[in-house]
Amino acid sequence: MAEPLIELEDVEKRYGEHRALAGVSLRVDAGEFVALVGGSGSGKTTLLKTINRLAAPGAGRVRVAGEDTGAIAAPVLRRKIGYVFQEIGLFPHLGVAENIAITPRLLGWDRGRIAARVAELMDLVDLPRAMGERPPAALSGGQRQRVGVARALAAQPAMVLMDEPFGALDPLTRDALGADYRALHDRLGLTTLMVTHDMAEAVLLADRIVVLGEGRILADGAPAEVLATTSDPRVRDLLEAPRRQAARLQARLGGGPA
Amino acid sequence: MSPRLSASLALLPNYLAWHVALSAAALALGLAVSLPLAVWASRSARLRWPLTAFASLIQTIPSLALLALFYPLLLALSTLARGVLGHGFSALGFLPALLALSLYSMLPILRNTTAGILGVDAAVKEAADGVGMTPGQRLRRVELPLAAPVIMAGVRTAAVWTIGAATLSTPVGQTSLGNYIFSGLQTENWVDVLVGCAASAALALAADQLLGLVEAGVRRRSRALTLAGAAGLAAGTVLALLPLIGARERPAYVVGAKNFSEQYILAALIDDRLAAAGARAQAKADLGSAVAYRALAAGEIDVYVDYSGTLWTNVLERRDNPGRAQVLGQLTAELKRRDGVTVLGSLGFENAYALAMRQDRAQALGIASLADLARQAPELAFGADLEFLSRPEWKAVAAAYGLRFRTQRSYQPTFMYRALAGGDVDAISAFSSDGRIAANRLVVLSDPKDAIPPYDAVVLISPRRAGDARLRRALEPLIGRVPVEAMRAANYSVDRDQGKLTPAEAAKGLERALGF
Repeated sequence: MAEPLIELEDVEKRYGEHRALAGVSLRVDAGEFVALVGGSGSGKTTLLKTINRLAAPGAGRVRVAGEDTGAIAAPVLRRKIGYVFQEIGLFPHLGVAENIAITPRLLGWDRGRIAARVAELMDLVDLPRAMGERPPAALSGGQRQRVGVARALAAQPAMVLMDEPFGALDPLTRDALGADYRALHDRLGLTTLMVTHDMAEAVLLADRIVVLGEGRILADGAPAEVLATTSDPRVRDLLEAPRRQAARLQARLGGGPA
Repeated sequence: MSPRLSASLALLPNYLAWHVALSAAALALGLAVSLPLAVWASRSARLRWPLTAFASLIQTIPSLALLALFYPLLLALSTLARGVLGHGFSALGFLPALLALSLYSMLPILRNTTAGILGVDAAVKEAADGVGMTPGQRLRRVELPLAAPVIMAGVRTAAVWTIGAATLSTPVGQTSLGNYIFSGLQTENWVDVLVGCAASAALALAADQLLGLVEAGVRRRSRALTLAGAAGLAAGTVLALLPLIGARERPAYVVGAKNFSEQYILAALIDDRLAAAGARAQAKADLGSAVAYRALAAGEIDVYVDYSGTLWTNVLERRDNPGRAQVLGQLTAELKRRDGVTVLGSLGFENAYALAMRQDRAQALGIASLADLARQAPELAFGADLEFLSRPEWKAVAAAYGLRFRTQRSYQPTFMYRALAGGDVDAISAFSSDGRIAANRLVVLSDPKDAIPPYDAVVLISPRRAGDARLRRALEPLIGRVPVEAMRAANYSVDRDQGKLTPAEAAKGLERALGF
């Protein structure tokens, strides 16, 4: 079996008295698209952040591409991992192109290579190149998150961490952006971990779903497989939510062509 | 243009140059210290509170007091440096003013920079970490640029404060626009006072507007606007500093003066005598009474005129009064022994502290001596100059006669005479050589118990000029040659309301009267 790209071993994390992660072990192989789901306070965001050390684990070990993350300087580690989150966090004093170029600049790429990469990425995330000079404030929410995705991919990382990346977008934009990202994931051969509270999104985009509750993994597997095998009512409840919702919608709107 | 205004404006280039040099240096130093401290404070909540509390505390100290406090501190440091390193530095003038003003400028910069950095959106900070910035890169590339408008607003406030407070550096011996205000207030030259106020206000306004341009530039991320503001500031500073370049030939002698008309006139007189002997001299006026002697002993000024009784009580801390000749003789021996200061001799007149009343009021109350005054003092109001009530002479007089007034207030000397004339106070602490005693029809109360020591005006020479033959030859002709009437007339020509002379003109008149 191939070496896992990301490996967590008995990872714990406390915030004061609160135990956000209570001993989590997880392996993610190259090329996987994993959705981390669970209720509020289940520890899914904390788990994601222990991978790029935005949260340092209190105990246990995190390995990325075989290297213990505790042994690498955090900025060096983060430049190899794409990171996208709900608030996006574009730098308001930099233009779109400069925002996308930030990690390559930190890595000391030369000008020509950066310019070419920025142009390539704007095509990739479907942004008109003319937008490169604009400040983030002049963009729509969906355009901004496209810039966020482009920025995460700029330094050609092998893996991308996403924390509710499309949570703040309107449903149509959200759908389109999710599908576009999944296509990119396949095309570029990325490994993606995505935190989401939207079960439909998780089921539709991910190959594998990891369900967290109270800082522990409750279930882990392909969506259909998890649903078929789980005996935990919390997991079942969560996974069946989209179907229940669809049924209620059907009932209220009347049966149309699916 | 009126001759007073043009005389006043002739001093502007030099005063303005020093004012700009001092303010710009203080602001630059304040920035250099405050910015790193503010970054540190924004990183550590535990440091934040004590640091802003300290800066706020400094802000509550009156700026004049802060400037005054730096002089003894630097003097002690300089003495220490002389002991350890072999040479000291000047504790007077630029350095104390610079340090006090820098401290004063810290609060707005510190507060705004900390607030600016802490105010950067948390999502943007998380993104900076997420893309792999080190803490230093995050600061330089994200936090400082985003906080820049807030920081600039703080710098603007600091600049206006510094330029305003720099007028107060005159009493510690630093030339500034404050020279207009301090000497103008003393000699009632309101043209000078107005020119000083207007110039410092205009300077503050100009600096504020140019920094405002820079602030607008960073706020709107307009490089052109930022550069325009910065270029304006740089050009203005260089232009203002031009008078200092070239004219930096060091004068041979520094002549000190305290902060009243007689001192200005005598300093001008000494200047003239030195010039006549072919030596360049520079005046350092408006020094505090205690500052002047210590500055001389430390060699920061070369020569000035003080009064035997002042030195007797304040420097030698003597409380007895063995008589005029004895005081002068012992003083000459003691100052030489203690500090190496040479008492060249008495100019020939006394400027004693004396309690004075309006003639009509004294007659009506039947008061002619301090003993008479003491009997009626509980019903009377007393006005003193700013230092008299804290001087040992006052304590000696009050103890000798049992003086106790209904109220006592301190005034700047000019306003003290006004208060007496207007009846706000019944008696004042006057100076016996003051022309206003005769002009205002005042009577000086006699001192039958000799509680007030004699105050012969004496020329003092600093230790390092003790063997300077040229200086002695230039000044010895003045010894014993100045009668009190001539001094009174000269003082009055500066202090009167109509047809005022400048101290330099009065000194020329005095020289003519003395036959030089």
